[in-house]
Amino acid sequence: MTDLLNSFLRNRWVRKIASPSRFTLFVVALLIIVSTVRRITGAADITSAGLSGATLRFTIPLLMAGLGGLWAERSGVINIGLEGMMIAGTWLGAWFAFIYGPWVGFLAAAIGGAVIGLFHGILVVRIGIDQAVSGLAINILALGAARYLSGILFPSRGGDISLSPVVEQTPTLTVPGISPLLGSIADKNIFLLSDGAGILSGFVTEISYATILLLLAVPLSTWILWKTKFGLRLRFCGENPVAAESLGVKVYRMRYMALAISGMFASVGGAYLSLVASQVYREGQTGGRGFIGLATVIFGNWRPSGVLAGSVLFGVTDALRIRQPTSIHAALLVVIIAGSIYVIWAFATGRMKHGVRALMATSFIGLIYLTVPEIPREFVSFFPNLATILVLVLLAQRLKPPAMLAVPYREREETE
Amino acid sequence: MKSRNLLAVLAPLGAIAFSFAFISVILIAKGSNPIEVVKSMAEYGFASRNLVAELNIASTYYIAGVAAAIGFKMNLFNIGIDGQYRLAVFFAAVIGGMVSLPPVLHVALIIFVAMAVGGLWGALAGYLKVKRGISEVISTIMLNAIAAGIVAYLLQPQQLGEQATGSNNLNTPIIDSSGWLPTIPILGGEVHGFIIFSLLIGLAYWVLLNKSVFGFNLRATGFSFRAARAGGVNASRMILITMALSGAMAGLIGMGTLLSQTHSYSISFPSGFAFTGLALALLGRNHPVGIALAAFFWAFLDRSSGVLDLNGVPREIITIMQGTLILSIVVAYQLVKIVNKKQEQKFVGKATLPESNLVKTEGVVSK
Repeated sequence: MTDLLNSFLRNRWVRKIASPSRFTLFVVALLIIVSTVRRITGAADITSAGLSGATLRFTIPLLMAGLGGLWAERSGVINIGLEGMMIAGTWLGAWFAFIYGPWVGFLAAAIGGAVIGLFHGILVVRIGIDQAVSGLAINILALGAARYLSGILFPSRGGDISLSPVVEQTPTLTVPGISPLLGSIADKNIFLLSDGAGILSGFVTEISYATILLLLAVPLSTWILWKTKFGLRLRFCGENPVAAESLGVKVYRMRYMALAISGMFASVGGAYLSLVASQVYREGQTGGRGFIGLATVIFGNWRPSGVLAGSVLFGVTDALRIRQPTSIHAALLVVIIAGSIYVIWAFATGRMKHGVRALMATSFIGLIYLTVPEIPREFVSFFPNLATILVLVLLAQRLKPPAMLAVPYREREETE
Repeated sequence: MKSRNLLAVLAPLGAIAFSFAFISVILIAKGSNPIEVVKSMAEYGFASRNLVAELNIASTYYIAGVAAAIGFKMNLFNIGIDGQYRLAVFFAAVIGGMVSLPPVLHVALIIFVAMAVGGLWGALAGYLKVKRGISEVISTIMLNAIAAGIVAYLLQPQQLGEQATGSNNLNTPIIDSSGWLPTIPILGGEVHGFIIFSLLIGLAYWVLLNKSVFGFNLRATGFSFRAARAGGVNASRMILITMALSGAMAGLIGMGTLLSQTHSYSISFPSGFAFTGLALALLGRNHPVGIALAAFFWAFLDRSSGVLDLNGVPREIITIMQGTLILSIVVAYQLVKIVNKKQEQKFVGKATLPESNLVKTEGVVSK
């Protein structure tokens, strides 16, 4: 029976038909689980438009930081300075948005981030100092510079040393027709349908144009890195710089460009925090999101789509944390049900080892669900960090980081 | 060889000069007179009241510097100092606050708990590196966030913490006076008694590194992982022990403040020791005396920056200077290394040319 099922699933045609719809199937299954959990626990928030909207707002900064990390690491350089670049972005974005409006704020953050990224590049690629030292120094410098400049510029303009004046909002989009329709369905309280509509309406109501634009960075990154010559060369530098150079690729130049792009993404992610998520620059706004960006790169196995998945996951937990604590508990139940389904599926297809592991993990979460009445917010805040360590420990064989990540490389010099 | 040593001394001095020049430019751009600023900082910073505070801060920083240096000696980058310190000082404060013991024993227990907790948290990163090949840079960054979350959770009033009435500050219960370390009256102020431990730690670090087999193995592994392994050093074990040691040191960072000043852990305890420690180890070239000088310089900058706000300059100019200083010093060392390497190559190239060989042999023959 299992052999039959196995060979059926492995069939070329079955796989071909199943692959595009697999995603849909996954989404529908998840929706059914979430709706069921909502009925059981009464945690209405988990399928509300508020939560999905908040998830989107929390996802974008992590996604930008993650893509920043991805671009740097694909070229072979690790960027610990993501956090500092994000801080620079929050500040630059707010200051230029205050004077010229939000879009100029984003532009200024992008340019500033690219400059800092290039600075990191010159330090670690050309001069060859330690990549972690440079990154940490950039974090400190950005922190100090932002506070120094705030102290000089903000107090006379209605802010203070740790707070900017309020900036103008970015224009938002509410899809006409669909958004009110989804809203009315969500209010009807029909199982599954209302839940789906609730979640969806968060994605089509008052969405900043910046959100839509920045989401495009994922397909764009995939396309550039995997479908263009430039991307191939850039990844080549991360996998084998010696061979790349022998084939005429300018390793230094590729890495400079990768780091400029990396800084740009991280900084724009920061600007999103101060311009879209809150419309004000506040000290400590980034809250370690640059480091979580590094985590999403590992979590996403050094692929843009993976980084997106990681950012959404961490974005959901971030959104749950600041909303209702009961939702976190309900989310655990979602994980338990999904885990149980995976366990059954793994045993049915004969992958005993996976099944046993998943069973252990699921029962562990189940134990937490039953014994702990409320997951403390502090624990949810480090969920991304813990998840990343667990991924590194348990799935190390599946991860494929660039082969020469963080290994310094010196171009051959012309002999005199 | 002589020119090389000269360069090694000139590099830090040049970096300090450069960072001074850099912030001078920033200050002039803002319309302040850098000379006036430095003058007022020196006046404020060398006042005896502030010197005492600087000594206390420096002794804290010094331990962070040593913790980072232990890792550096083996090419390990312990960014986890922050998390190790936080977790260690928290648990030391909690356990110290729970028990009552005879005076010396009580203090010893608190120090032991701090070292054990810091060491274990550091060893965890070492274990992940040895067993799973996870870079300590990544794992310690993640572990820092986890440590901060655990402490924030446990510090809540319904857990292990306390909240004084009418205050937002959360802290652990006050330790009995048997668990206090007396202060030393110097310059009319109170210097933490723990400063003596700081000096002992520096000495122990030097002896361990330079006079013990373990230190020899550690430095050897730092120079070349493979060569050391070929020479019979169990490199994995070395990584584990080094991370544990570095973590144990990091655990001691908060002891001066805890034992002689606050007697309880609170959310207002300072943070950011990972960068400070790394900076001091780099500035002091991993040498116990060098780190001590660097620690005092750092503490002086931090303390005397307090006067800047009165002069209308945001004190964060000092943060900028510290960041610039670290970058310029690392760049200076790197440039020195590149220059030396080039000279060496030239020398080797000349010495191995066929003609020069000939000259040499002839010379020997004619002798």
